[in-house]
Parts: sequence; C-alpha cells; structure tokens
Amino acid sequence: MNLSNVVEKLSLDVKTTKGDLSREVTGCYISDLLSDVMAHAQEGEVWITLQTHPNIAAVAVLRNLAGIIITNDRSPEADTLKKAEAEGMPIAVSPESTFDVGGKLYQLLRC
Amino acid sequence: MLRPFRADLHVHTCLSPCAELDMTPRQIVDAAKGKGLDILAITDHNSAENTEATRRAASGSGLVVLSGMEITSSEEVHVLALFEGGEDVMRMQDVIYENLPPGENDEELYGEQVVVNEFDEVMGFNTRLLITATRLSLEALVGMIHSCGGLCVASHIDREAFSVISQLGFIPGDAGFDALEFSSRLERDEAEERFGHLKTFPWVSSSDAHYIADVGGRTVTFTMEEPTLDEIRLALRVADGRRTDWP
Repeated sequence: MNLSNVVEKLSLDVKTTKGDLSREVTGCYISDLLSDVMAHAQEGEVWITLQTHPNIAAVAVLRNLAGIIITNDRSPEADTLKKAEAEGMPIAVSPESTFDVGGKLYQLLRC
Repeated sequence: MLRPFRADLHVHTCLSPCAELDMTPRQIVDAAKGKGLDILAITDHNSAENTEATRRAASGSGLVVLSGMEITSSEEVHVLALFEGGEDVMRMQDVIYENLPPGENDEELYGEQVVVNEFDEVMGFNTRLLITATRLSLEALVGMIHSCGGLCVASHIDREAFSVISQLGFIPGDAGFDALEFSSRLERDEAEERFGHLKTFPWVSSSDAHYIADVGGRTVTFTMEEPTLDEIRLALRVADGRRTDWP
C-alpha cells in the first residue's frame, strides 16, 4: 500500500505541497520521543506523533521514513513544513487520536 | 578585576511538587553557604513564587540568589530561565501562567506546592498544575526568555527524560540556548566523550537539587568581575578574559 492510499483510507489532510505520496508504506512507528524514533524507526515506515517541532522533518529524513502523521488535531509549525518540503518529506494531519489512527493503519497494513 | 565565583544554577524549593518540604529559603541559603557557593539560582517548575523570599533570606549573607524557573515547553523539553530578579522574572511568570493548561495540582499524586516567606513560614499553596507542559513551543519559549532579559539554559541534556535531546532527538542549530546543562550524574570526561560535538554551546553543570543534601553538589565556576547575570552572560561568551569552567 502506498502513502496516498493511506491518506485516502484514513482521511488524512496532507499539509506539505512537496513529497512523494506514491512511496510504498512498509510499516508504522509510533513515538513522541525523537531520540527513540532515531534509534528504532525503520526505513519505509510512516511515523505517527504528536510532536510538531521542525526536528521531526530531519529525523524522518534521517531514518528514510515514508512520511509523518501528526494526530489529535495538532498542526505542524510553519518552519516544520518548510523543512519537510525542502527535504521532500510528506506530513499529514488527523483530528483523531494516535490510538485511532494507529489502529486503522494496523488494520490496513497487517490484517 | 576578575575572580572565580562558584555557582549552582539549578535548585528547586518546596514549591516544586517533587522537591522535599525542607527546601525552604533559609535552609537552602544555609546549605549553599556551607558548600561555599557564591551564586545560587532558584528554579522551580513553571513558577517563580519562592524566588523573592530566597533572595531576602540570603540578604547580607554574601550569597547572590538569581531568580529563575525551570520551564517545560510544549515538546516537554525542560529549560532553565535565569533572571537577575524582580520584575523580569515576574513578567516571565505571567507569560508561563497564561500558557499553563487548566487544571489543579493533586497533592496526593504530585506533592505539595508550598509558597513560603524568607523566614521559612508557609504563606500558602500554589494550586496550579505546575508539573505539566506549557503551551509554548521551545522556539517561542527561548524567544520569550530573551525578550524578558533572561538567560536560557537547556536543562540536563544528558538525561533520558525531559531533555532537549530526549524529546527532539538533537539540538536544533538555531536553538538559541545560552548554555547547555549537564546533570550531576555525568562526569566531565564522559560529557566530552558523548557530547563533544556540542562544544559550539557553552557548557555548565548544576545540582538540580530537590533535597537539601544535594544543594551545591555540582557547581560551575565563572571567572568574572562581579556576581551578576550580566557578568555570567559575558563569562559564558568568554568575553575579555572571563571564563566558565566545570568541574
């Protein structure tokens, strides 16, 4: 399943104007500690988080993640979007909780 | 003339729910004097309500007390905001109180938040939920501390909870910190080994004391003209022969 399928099935709102939505999503990592994501997220996964700081773009690029989903109706900071667009890292948001978004994604990817 | 001043820039009082009730102004001042400190900063979580009392308790003792806070950003990064005292810290406290989420402290869960006077007498209890995160992003918080005239130090960056590195993975290049703080758990050689790449920022280390026995347990030495916030700012920048050293 690619990122644009995930966006459609989870009704996500893509905030970045650049980035590859056709990329295959291999899995998902959920964490709000960026140090933990740097240590444990795997290439090709989407990352679900509450954090909106510009560093999330750099961490996602570092781990070569497919994209970032920010939950709970939080919005990325302006600088975060700028950095993500410069790096081609898609960021989407959802009004739903991490539990709901993660649960739906689990059903799409693993069931 | 330049001379060394020993400072502990991170000390909690009984206002912090996680600190022991013995952390009262007079007892803290006595402990600091006993350890031979020249400068002490009071840094309770998201509040400065015990800073003036501690400054008054130290009056005439030779110990200089800076008024500060340990503020929690929306990313749950702990940051020390240090001020000379008086109006600046109160302006900063107003900003923090406006940006604390609603909710009251639960003493059973978190501990008491005791406001005291310079004679260690209880004046009241702060009912705000001080232990939680403010709504201020790290960037907004650093900008606000500077615009209120304060110094901004990233707390205990070696710790795995509530540090800029644990929360944000790495220190953003434009973070604007005046210094990075290492906890008393870390010795200098280990800090050099693990954080040598962060030498672009000045380094300090402090006790983060929550218990009387820990006050002054870790200090930084500023070589400067007088024990003021302005001089500390210059010592961090190594201006005109001034220096910052730890241990």
